Amino acid sequence: MNSIYILDIIYLIASVTFVIGLKMLSHPDTARKGNLWAAFGMGIAIVGTIFLYESHYATRDSTKLLLIFGAIGIGTIAGWMTAKKVQMTKMPELVSLFNGMGGACAALIGLMEYEHNKGNTMAIATIIAGMIIGSVSFSGSIIAFLKLNGTLNKPVRLPSYNILNTIIMVVLLGVGAYISYDQPEFIFVFGLFVLALIYGVLFVLPIGGADMPVVISLLNSFTGLAAAFGGFLYHNQVMLTGGILVGSAGTILTLAMCKAMNRPLSNVIFGAFGGGSATGGGPEVNGSIKDISISDTAILMNYAKKVVIVPGYGLAVAQAQHVIHELENILEDHGVEVKYAIHPVAGRMPGHMNVLLAESNVSYDKLVEMEDINPEFPNTDVVLVVGANDVVNPAAKTDPSSPIYGMPILDVENAKHIIVNKRSMNAGYAGIDNLLFYNPKNSMLFGDAKDVLTKLVHELKNM
Amino acid sequence: MSELINFLGSNIQMLYIVILSIFVGVEVIGKVPAVLHTPLMSGANAIHGVVIIGAIIVMLNTDSSNILALSLGFVAVVLGTLNVVGGFVVTDRMLEMFKKKK
Repeated sequence: MNSIYILDIIYLIASVTFVIGLKMLSHPDTARKGNLWAAFGMGIAIVGTIFLYESHYATRDSTKLLLIFGAIGIGTIAGWMTAKKVQMTKMPELVSLFNGMGGACAALIGLMEYEHNKGNTMAIATIIAGMIIGSVSFSGSIIAFLKLNGTLNKPVRLPSYNILNTIIMVVLLGVGAYISYDQPEFIFVFGLFVLALIYGVLFVLPIGGADMPVVISLLNSFTGLAAAFGGFLYHNQVMLTGGILVGSAGTILTLAMCKAMNRPLSNVIFGAFGGGSATGGGPEVNGSIKDISISDTAILMNYAKKVVIVPGYGLAVAQAQHVIHELENILEDHGVEVKYAIHPVAGRMPGHMNVLLAESNVSYDKLVEMEDINPEFPNTDVVLVVGANDVVNPAAKTDPSSPIYGMPILDVENAKHIIVNKRSMNAGYAGIDNLLFYNPKNSMLFGDAKDVLTKLVHELKNM
Repeated sequence: MSELINFLGSNIQMLYIVILSIFVGVEVIGKVPAVLHTPLMSGANAIHGVVIIGAIIVMLNTDSSNILALSLGFVAVVLGTLNVVGGFVVTDRMLEMFKKKK
């Protein structure tokens, strides 16, 4: 019995668990199990590699094994603690951070393997490709992380950055090809590594915060690709299947997000959002804004037949997910039908709002997606918009100069009454004015979401 | 040119895996409802942590006296583990919430 065959079989099993895991992730009932299956596959692949991997150079002495287990121990504890402690609203930036770690890992592998593979052009090309992609993914993810957690909240624009980025990309490819062909001193590889890091930074810096989910998803598939190049280098099937699966998954997901915002991917990467001329001018605003009191809102909702809640990221920021569930319960007790309208990009990622509401025990058959809820607005009595703005902005349909023009929105203006809860009249994430607020059917309920909703629940309890 | 052909020829099984995996990835992911997009992104993120296997292989292949390579490998394994463990745990946390319904 050859132990290397056992490792091959382990890799086969692990690859199958990755496919099954992703498959099971596509249904809410099996999703959690699917994730555990994939984790199980990863576990056996890692342990199998440590003990069974064989090559001409492979040796196992106690120092090395100690170092490997020590590294895994440190990574496990740190990863586990961070993942357990993070707040649900901070999820997207954490995914970005972990993605960056994977990219850095791929880049380091490239740096270390260069000297061993001199003389083999294709192996060097594979190493260089994996290193470039991994480095871009690493520095890009770190910038995305900083943007999402608010450290870097302004899109930074260097003059003619599109040209600059293109030049750097051409240089990256040129130097990469040169290195593969000529195999110069290591310093060239290191220079390429640094240049790739710079490219990652410049790639993400000019992109506005609203587009970060798309970028993270894209970088996620980049890291998958970097892992797959590693698989090619080592003839390692599990790295190959895992990497390619994520590469194609990430690409599909990226395109799905772009579709939800009705913008081509090229527009997200090269175009302007939340910066430059797009925000200039703005629509002509006429009409006035109406205020509504909490007790009036309570009365309006109490005597409605059907209420649709449009939650946005503001709801999560105010930590009002639980109160909104209470509001839903009390309205249902009073015989009002309540549903949630979920825009595909509500929150900071597709499905993010569902996760946040699920956290406060809102049942997921109450969460209705945009295409299904839009026809229901004409027979909805009251729409309550909490902490959402751009996803209900009619400018997306009417104003071709608006940066969100063409994005599908929730047609809340078809409902009988619209109540918008906002902290102030500040513009939404995309930085543009919202004509909905001037609609005669619309009333504004100013105040912190949690505070206002708590009072609303209180009013309703006394009715 | 001949080098490229030789490379493709000698790696033909790997290329089969690549191409078939692309189709599998597209098929499997294409059906995920929007509700699960964030957990899916997170789960996929954990899976590409498989790159850690490359880091382990580098360490096993490194000469034990090469301190620099060993330390770089050590860092790579730590980073890879963060990706894997953090990714799966976060995904599980998200999905846990979907579970306790009704």
